[in-house]
Order: sequence, then structure tokens, then C-alpha cells
Amino acid sequence: MSHIGKSVIRHDGVQKVTGRAEYLADIKLNGMLYAKMLASPHAHARILRINTEKAKALPGVRAVLTGKDDNAMVGIYMVDRSALAQDKVRHWGEAVAAVAADTEAIAEEAVRLIEVEYEVLPIIFDAQEAIQPGAPQVHEQAESYDYIKGVFHPEPGRNIANRTKVRRGDVDEAFARADVVIEHTYEQPQVFHVPLEPHGTIVQWGAEDYVKIYSSTQSPFAVRDLFAHSFNLPRNKVEVIAPYVGGGFGGKSGIHLEPLVGMLSKRCGGRPVKLIPTREEECATLPSRQGMVSKVKTGAMRDGTIIAEEVEYLWVGGAYADYGVNISRAGAMTACGPYHIENVKADSVTVYTNHVFGTAYRGFGHPEVFFGIERQRDLLAKELGMDPVELRLKNLLMPGKETITGELITENTGRVDQCLKVVAEKLKVSEDYTAAERAEMEKTGKYRGKAAAVLQKSPAMPTWSASSAIIHMNEDGTVHITVGGVDFGQGTYTVLQQIASERLHIPIEKISMAPGVNTDMSPYDWQTVASRMTVLCGNALCDACDDLEAQLLEMGGVVLRAGKHELGLADEHVYVKQNPHQRVSYAQICMGYTYENGNAVGGPMIGRGKCIAQGLTNIDPETGQGKTALDWTYGAHAVEVEVDVRTGDVEVLHMASCMDVGRVMNEAMLNGQVVGGVLQGLGTTLSEAVYYDAEGNLLTRNLTDYKIPTFKDLPGNLDVSYIETPQLDGPYGARGVGEHPLISITAVIANAVANATGTEIYELPLSADKVRAALRQTK
Amino acid sequence: MKAIQLTVNGGAYKVFCPEDITLLTLLREHLHLTGTKEGCAAGECGACTVIYNGKPINACMVLAMEADGAVIETIEGEAKDGVLSPLQQAFIDCHALQCGFCTPGMIMSARALLDENPTPTRDEIVHAMEGNLCRCTGYEPIIRAIEQIAGGAQ
Ligand code: FES
Ligand code: FES
Repeated sequence: MSHIGKSVIRHDGVQKVTGRAEYLADIKLNGMLYAKMLASPHAHARILRINTEKAKALPGVRAVLTGKDDNAMVGIYMVDRSALAQDKVRHWGEAVAAVAADTEAIAEEAVRLIEVEYEVLPIIFDAQEAIQPGAPQVHEQAESYDYIKGVFHPEPGRNIANRTKVRRGDVDEAFARADVVIEHTYEQPQVFHVPLEPHGTIVQWGAEDYVKIYSSTQSPFAVRDLFAHSFNLPRNKVEVIAPYVGGGFGGKSGIHLEPLVGMLSKRCGGRPVKLIPTREEECATLPSRQGMVSKVKTGAMRDGTIIAEEVEYLWVGGAYADYGVNISRAGAMTACGPYHIENVKADSVTVYTNHVFGTAYRGFGHPEVFFGIERQRDLLAKELGMDPVELRLKNLLMPGKETITGELITENTGRVDQCLKVVAEKLKVSEDYTAAERAEMEKTGKYRGKAAAVLQKSPAMPTWSASSAIIHMNEDGTVHITVGGVDFGQGTYTVLQQIASERLHIPIEKISMAPGVNTDMSPYDWQTVASRMTVLCGNALCDACDDLEAQLLEMGGVVLRAGKHELGLADEHVYVKQNPHQRVSYAQICMGYTYENGNAVGGPMIGRGKCIAQGLTNIDPETGQGKTALDWTYGAHAVEVEVDVRTGDVEVLHMASCMDVGRVMNEAMLNGQVVGGVLQGLGTTLSEAVYYDAEGNLLTRNLTDYKIPTFKDLPGNLDVSYIETPQLDGPYGARGVGEHPLISITAVIANAVANATGTEIYELPLSADKVRAALRQTK
Repeated sequence: MKAIQLTVNGGAYKVFCPEDITLLTLLREHLHLTGTKEGCAAGECGACTVIYNGKPINACMVLAMEADGAVIETIEGEAKDGVLSPLQQAFIDCHALQCGFCTPGMIMSARALLDENPTPTRDEIVHAMEGNLCRCTGYEPIIRAIEQIAGGAQ
């Protein structure tokens, strides 16, 4: 194969390095107005009165909206949020009112003139207290909400937006006969996505309810679907355009500001209205990743065999369910990691609280689950006096075993054991430090430690999640691909070009893809999430290429007077296999073939292809059994850290990551996903956390208080490698991998810190002050 | 409204603009040079980096009025006659961009560094680029791209 696996450079590089790539903020429309939101200064309060008179009187103001006006209910899985707060606010920063005006400055001034009177309510901040009977409710009217029945299981009156259960075997019996039982609680704060480009949207609600939406989104078709649903519009009247998107990490999936801006545009007689949140609003008004409290109880035999595990995952969902309910579901499916365990009881619960609400974030619940699970494995090894790598190898899922949801692992599923062995060997994780090294650590107060951890993820998506692709030929035989998924930097489009190049025997520079998606012109794609693009969209494109190939062969056969089976494709030509010099170029036939006398046959060639997730099932509501995984991608990380016991600073000296990606499609792009994902994971581990004060007011509102990794925070070195167990129904054997590198980073670092210092830390982030405090406590 | 004069990418401009806007707004909204990005409007992310009288600055932290008489280079001036600069080409070749939103600011910071010190060490690169945030790439490929130029591709 000539193109698959090569580090082809990205298709949109020139646009991006010259500043010509057009992002949402760069778009201006004639007659465009600018919107601003008024955010709640309270985490939980009743709205008693809003006075908008002064704002409305300001010259240049075209519309002022509050929750009392026509309001739209939104929610991807649980319709529990209105575009503007109604009756009460449920988190600090929630949008209470919005203005559209001629300029941003006028809109800002108008927002300041809106007066709101609140009655402050007690806040609900502790997930464990929130689910107790009698606790104050974040949503008093929860039982009236519309949601996907049978898939999600809310418990109104308990602040529970969803509970997903897994039941397998008999945990009580197994715990009773286990040689050791350990139980720990792990806590993780919310974290922010921090795409460098904030969210943003322009909506034009035209005459006769034709709505045009520009949005910085990962999910143009989901925006269309949910917008149309909220306003009861037919899908063909809603057009969604995603231009270049400046990073998303899950935060730009689903629907966000579009309904609010749509209502403003409608109020302004259909003028386009633009809203780009400030960085503070990006933190406070738009959703974050959920926080989590996990309780993990594990029973094992002396030889290290894990026989039972009981987990309770309480997801700090914040004020609204958004993706949170599906994340708790995904968390249940992966509840014990890639291990074979006979007896399992898992409860994964999204809890309403008065935090900023949670949404999808790279890894979709897996990084959170794996912090507890992979910490627990090292703690169990310690309890048993076993090597933690060996303990894992003893229990990992291998062909012939079943997952906790009853899915049979086969030779084709992927090899987590090999990933672990590779990284453990690279960093010599199981080898002890020498006496001389130990003496040096004592002397300097800088203690080194090593650890390894595994990871797994499959896409968490509806059983019917689908993609499609169109490929059409131009007059000169060059081709153009159109898909409905977004390339917001991960490199999918470049990989798609490689696939088409390979399939159709056309040089890659003759294959183009326009940036962005337009739902009126692009074929359908469910959403650009779940690391599903290379697999599902790639398969759809393979299907489209096959369709085009059949047309080329058919037309080539007419011209060459040969049957399909006698023909082949090479070098942009259809040729006769037996006599390869008898050939016709794509350019000669792709718009139809013209004979010497002027007669023409055929016509423009367009290939179309589709793909839908194969063989997925709904899960049993009581036991969680079912098939939810389209493809598994396994991996492992190993790390060596150095902890300065005086300051609490954790330095990452060496890292090794290995993923079973099925097939490397573009090594440089793949490395980009791994290196970027690992660094994002290091941020979650060492510095990132959303903080509030005692009243629930958000404290981290900018990029100074909320610190993402900078150039200074790179690990000493990062060794990346791949295993290729082909996914037989993936394009060329590929599996999804975009989210995975971020999973288990928190756990592997915390395990290495424990290995270095003997101090076990159960809470993130491992910032210097927290580590220092933990070290003091154990002294 | 007040008039100011400035030089941007070699061209002279005279602009009437409100007194309270930033240089970033002036470039983006008044001169329609939207290659310079806004990520935070608070001097925290570097997406708005331009070269201002030879030094890299965050355009969101400078008032347009202060820029009266200044000589400014933005990403739009980096490619000459339709040909990418070696630095731009190195960013592409080294896979130093993903979503691309940080890229114009990264390139301008790197340009300012290389103009001042054509052969920076890795530490000097890290130090000079520290104010530019990237959430996608993990920075390593950006360092490699700059190192490639520092190593002689210029
Ligand atoms: S936009 Fe100027 S530093 Fe972020
Ligand atoms: S490439 Fe996306 S922020 Fe740097």
C-alpha cells in the first residue's frame, strides 16, 4: 500500500499558517447584530424580578430577552435546560438575559442596565448529600422532563439525572470468600476544555422560518437536529454551517448557544446575530467536564486474581444533564477497566448540583473512571505484596473472556496485555532503584518513582450512529470528497484523502476536501465525537470509493469493450488486465465519454457511501448486559516521576505510551493525537481544577487562575509506540484513537508518586500544595 | 473617534477609530486582518501575538491609540508573494498545528524570536514561547518546527 500509514501533511496547513482559515469570529454578515449575555451572580437563586426597561431604551439595542419571553427547552438526552434561566438560576454564570445590539459595546452597556432581583437559595454542592432523601432539589419539576426512556433512568426527588447499573455474578458471596478486600474513595474536580477558540455562533432566523446557523461546533447535524426539535421546525428549514473550528475536546458537541441566538435573531426581524462568549463566559456559562466521586471496593485472592468489584460512581453533573447522563452510562460500561472480573456491581449516577454543568470531554468519562480503577490496582498489589504489572497481567481481558457487560473478547479485539508489556519494559517499571540511587534521593530530597497503567475505550454512542460520504470527480479526473463530520484539527480529512488516494489510485494532491460542513450540502454524519471518524466516516468513504470504482469500470468497459472482471484501475486509468497498454484515463470518462463523431455516453460520476454502527444493542436496564462497543482501543502508559518532598513538585521525567490502534493510518497525525492527549492529561493531573467559593461562586474564570499546560510543562521525554491488531471491519484495520491518550494519565502519575514517596493520594489535581500537604500528613 | 497612522505589513494606514478599542480590535475589525486571533482578550493565551516595533506583543493588551506611529507585522505579512516563509513551511512539515487557532500567534512569536536570535537553543525557544498556549499539539512539534529553522533552514 502506498498511502496508508504515511505521514502525509495536513490538507489545511496552508490556510492555517497564513491566517486565512476562517473561524466563526472571522465571519461578518450584512446587517449583523452583536449579542451579549447577562450571567447569574449566584449559584442557586430564585429570580424574583427582571427589569429590562433601561436596556431596551438604549439607542442601538434591537432586542432584550429574558426567560419570561418565548424560551426554548434544550437538552441532548434530557430536556431540562432552557436557553435562558426561567424562575431560578442553578449555577453561577447561567445566562439570565440576553441583548442584541448594533455593536458589541452597546450590547455590553445594555446588559449592565438590566436589573435582576434574586432570592438566594441554599446551594447543593456535595454529590453524596444531594442524593439523600429530603435534600433540596436542583430541579423541582424533574419528573416532567422529556428524556430518552429506556436508555436513561432518572430518579426525580433525589437529584439523580441518570443511574446506569451493571450486575454480574454475586459480589456479596465473592467478597465473603476473598482473601483480601480493599475499599477506597477517589475524588476529581471538574475541569475545563479550554479550546483556544471559544464557542461562537451566528444565527439568522429568516422569513418563513428558514434558519441559517453558523457555529463553532463538532456536531453540525446534532445542532440541526436539536435546534429543529426545540423549535418544532422541519430539518430542511434549518441550515447549519461549521467553519474552521479551533478545538473542541468534546465541549463543542451537542447544542449550546444556538437556540438563544436564534431567538434573538427572530426578535430582530431576522437580522443575523453573532454571539461569542468571553473567556469568563466560556468558563462559567458553557459547560465543563463533570467532577466525580468514585468508591471502589475490590476483592481478590492471594495469587492476585480479582474475583469481585463493586463501584459507585457519583458524577458531579452540575445544574443540567446535557451529555452527563450518557457519560454516567458510558462510565458504567467501562466500570472496571479492561479486566476480567466474574462478580461485578456498578452504579454510575449523574447527580444534579449547583456547579457549572458538565458535558462531553475527550475520553467521555473514561479518564475519570480510570483514575479510581488504575489507582485501585496498584493499591491492591501493595496490599498483596505483588508487582502491580504482574497483578494487571493476571487479570486483563484476553481472548475468550467476557467484559463486565457480557461481550466476548476475541483475537480481533485488541491486546491490552501487549501494550502494558511494551511500556513496562521501556521504563523498566518493575525494576527497583539501586542502593546508590536511593541514597542520592535521600540526599537531594527528590524521590523518583515509576508506575504503569492500562486503558480502554470504545465509542459511547447510539446503536444507530451513522456516517456517509460523497466523492465526485472533476473534469480532469481530480476528485472532491464531502462528509458531514468536522476536522477540527485531529486530521481526519487528511486520513480520508489517504484512503481515497489508495482506493482509487489517484495521487493525494489530486484529492481535495473543502473545510467545514454545511448540513444543506454535506451528507449526514451523526457527530464528530467518540473517536469514531476514522472508523465510521472512513468506512463510509471506502463504500463511496467502491461505488465510484464500479462506475469507472463500467464506463471503462464500454470504451475498452471489456467486461468488468477483465479490467483494473491503476495510475488514474482503467486498463485491460491482460493488455495493460489498452487503457482510458479517468479524465476521459468521468464526465461521460465522447466518441469521435460527437456521440456521448455516461455522465458525471459521483460515488456515495454509508456506514452504520454494526451489531450494537441496547443494554438490559437491570444488569447492564449488552453490546455497546463498536471497536475497542486499548493502551497503556508508563511513567517515571520525581517528587521534591520539600515543595511537593512533581516532575515527569520519562513517559512511554503504547496504543493498539489496529492500523496506523498517518503516523504523524497519530503522534499528534497521542502527544497532545498526554499533555492534556498531564494538565488534568497536575494543575487543572475548577474552584468555587463556599457560596458556589466560580473562582477560576480565566486562564491565569485556571492553568493549562504551557511549553514549560512537557514531560522530560515521551516514547510513543503502537501495536496493530487489525479491527477487521475498520478501514484498513484502523481503530479510533483520538481520545485514548488522555485516559489513565492521572492514575499512572498518582501511582508513580506513591511509588516514589510511599504516600497514597486519592484526590486530584496533584498540585504542589496538595502533594506537600499529603506528604506531611503521612509523615 | 480619533485618527491614527500606523504601518502594518509594510503598508501605511490611516484609521479613524474609537479611542477605547484595542490594537487587536483595530486589526481585526477595522483593517479586516482576521488572521490574528482572540482567545482570551486578557493577555493570557498569546493567540493575538503580533510584532510591534520589532517585539512580540499581545495585541489585546495594547490600546489602538498607543499604536499611533507603530510598525506592526501580522501573520498576513509572513508569506511573501504568495510563497510561504520557511517558518510557515516548517510548521506544516513538522505537524506543528492541529486546529490552527493558536498558529498565527505561535508563528509571530517564533518569528520575533528568530529575528532576534537566529539560532535559539531548546531552552530559549521554550522561554520565548511560554506565553503562547496550544491545547492541541502538546507543543513538542512546534519546538521541532522552530528548531528546524534555527538549524539552518532559513
Ligand atoms: S487574546 Fe490576547 S493574549 Fe489571549
Ligand atoms: S493547534 Fe489548536 S490550539 Fe494549537
